Amino acid sequence: MAVSGRSVAPELTVRAPGGASLPGLSTPPLAQRLGWALSDTLVLTKRNLIVWARVPAYIFFTVVQPVMFTLLFRYVFGGAIRVPVPGGYVNYLIPGVIGQTAGFASFSTAIGFARELQRGGIDRIRSMPTARWAFLAGRLIADVLRLLVTVAVMVGVGYAVGFRFSGGAGYAVAMVGLAALFGLAICSVSAFIGLAVKDEESVQAFGLVWVFPLTFVSSAFVPVRAMPSWLQGFANRQPFSEVIDALRILALGHPVQAAVGQSLASATWQSLAWVAGILAVFTPLATRAYKRA
Amino acid sequence: MATDADVIEVRGLKKSFGPVQALRGVDFSVPEGRVLGLLGPNGAGKTTAVRVLTTLLLPSGGRATVCGYDVARHPGAVRRLIGLAGQATAITPELTGRENLEISGRLYHLGRSVARRRAAELLGRFDLVDAADRQAKTYSGGMLRRLDLAASLIGQPRVLFLDEPTTGLDPRSRLGMWAIIKDLVAQGTTLLLTTQYLDEADELADEVVVVDRGQVIAAGSPDTLKDRVGGDVVEFTVTERRQLEVAVSAVAPLSQGPPSVGSEGLRVQVHAADRGSAVLVDVVRALDAAQVATTGLALRRPSLDDVFLSLTGHGAEEAASDGAGRRRSRPARRGAGPAEAAEPAGPAGVARASGPAGAGTTVTSGTTAASGTTAASGTTGPEEG
Ligand SMILES: Nc1ncnc2c1ncn2[C@@H]1O[C@H](COP(=O)(O)OP(=O)(O)O)[C@@H](O)[C@H]1O
Ligand SMILES: [Mg+2]
Repeated sequence: MAVSGRSVAPELTVRAPGGASLPGLSTPPLAQRLGWALSDTLVLTKRNLIVWARVPAYIFFTVVQPVMFTLLFRYVFGGAIRVPVPGGYVNYLIPGVIGQTAGFASFSTAIGFARELQRGGIDRIRSMPTARWAFLAGRLIADVLRLLVTVAVMVGVGYAVGFRFSGGAGYAVAMVGLAALFGLAICSVSAFIGLAVKDEESVQAFGLVWVFPLTFVSSAFVPVRAMPSWLQGFANRQPFSEVIDALRILALGHPVQAAVGQSLASATWQSLAWVAGILAVFTPLATRAYKRA
Repeated sequence: MATDADVIEVRGLKKSFGPVQALRGVDFSVPEGRVLGLLGPNGAGKTTAVRVLTTLLLPSGGRATVCGYDVARHPGAVRRLIGLAGQATAITPELTGRENLEISGRLYHLGRSVARRRAAELLGRFDLVDAADRQAKTYSGGMLRRLDLAASLIGQPRVLFLDEPTTGLDPRSRLGMWAIIKDLVAQGTTLLLTTQYLDEADELADEVVVVDRGQVIAAGSPDTLKDRVGGDVVEFTVTERRQLEVAVSAVAPLSQGPPSVGSEGLRVQVHAADRGSAVLVDVVRALDAAQVATTGLALRRPSLDDVFLSLTGHGAEEAASDGAGRRRSRPARRGAGPAEAAEPAGPAGVARASGPAGAGTTVTSGTTAASGTTAASGTTGPEEG
């Protein structure tokens, strides 16, 4: 809907710039706007993925670091930690590390937004007819896609060091899906943090602080029963444990249900409820922070 | 006054950030195809005005319309008509110049092939073809500005907003930017640009609005503004007092109005309106012919500081951040060249200009500090506040 001919010839003749005389400036139909919003989201997702692929530090963060975690826990702690799942510690560990990764992956969401705000690039996009929420959605989708890359790498490394899915292909896919949804929820928290804090250095320093206790005081690496009793209440009820337990059941199949003290159905529903709850709180907060940024 | 043809119309515009009143009732309008320069020091409210007009901020009071659309009520319509190059460039450094433009085009909802074609066109037009497929983080400050301007043009906006387009650029890039902007204007783009430099407003704008602490303190054509300030001045000091009279009468025919003689009695100022360079040469010839010995011959061009001094009795300085309008007085005026006045804007890695003021002027305003008096000023108005 380019305005005709502006760049072809000087249009200095007076033309009433009132709405009526400008063709195509009434609000476009809903279908058209939805189409644009979708295309905006795809374009911004692609942009974020290209940037990611060109920054070696991001690749390190997405691929190398999680692999390191997997191997360290597998071989350093693996022998010392007794776990109630078939196949030994590696089977216990991989779903836990995947849950933790969902938390860590959100770091780049916060950094990405803070950096963009600090650079001032956000003003350009907000002054364009680009859909308002495409900017948020484009980053969240890109970050979840990256998380999926990490999960794939970790499953691969896991297989190399003894991990096996034992619940069947359907459950394995469901596990990856749940990890992605959970990652999306945690990224929405980070989106809010990044957009509200607006300062890359502060985000570097504090953007992950809240993730550490949540991932370590959870069932990710050691059974909650092994923790001091005053920690167990928190560790059992917080979302990382809930989701990681569900990931574990999906990965390892029914025998684990008793071991983690939950049925597949209840663990899955509780996880999905957490995901929905977090998204319901933090997407509006992030959207508001974006509008005010 | 506002007419139907005004593409930008701003009436009684106010914007506060908590206790800070960034805009306190601003009025101006821009007719189609014209260039308005918002001229003011750091903190005057220029960026705030641009951000309101480009729908990034809601006004706290008053009204602003672009092409007849109220920016607060119809932001969507406004966004489809405007282009913005902000004070900080909105370039993704990890993307190539071409990718930056194509993505901007897609976000303006151009089709893929149209976006590609326009990106290529703009790269050619802004002399970025050789660098087109390099990541933008390798670009110089001037290239980044050009790329940023190109990105703001990819949707072929009817109205363009440029917030301090040359701040932080070296003199040569600055001239290049001016040429590009003039070219755009020649093609009929309606343009609002902000600047801290009088010479830039003079060079580019049809109409200048001077803002200070959120208020318009003067408006008019660059020429009227310069007339108020007194225009260019050619100065020299006569070495021997007995030659003063000869000197003054030798240069009198070259001066707009009688030449002024400084308080110390030996400094002569020839008022040259906007013909500074030509008059400078004539003055040299005239003095030579009259066999007058002089020192410190210099051409001085008026700066933003001179404008402020003549309009308000104080120099251009950063507004008090509490907006209370307290002013510190300044002992002597200084030329506000880009290097001095530039805030550390621009992306990291862009060298700040350290060159002389006003690229293109033959003589810098550095001489200004030496002269305590100028004919221009009429400055002695009381400090207000
Ligand atoms: N987001 C903001 N929050 C608080 N104060 C602001 C904000 N933006 C601008 N200001 C203040 O408003 C005034 C005008 O700023 P600005 O429009 O950026 O001036 P200019 O662009 O002319 O340098 C300044 O005092 C500045 O500190
Ligand atoms: Mg500014």
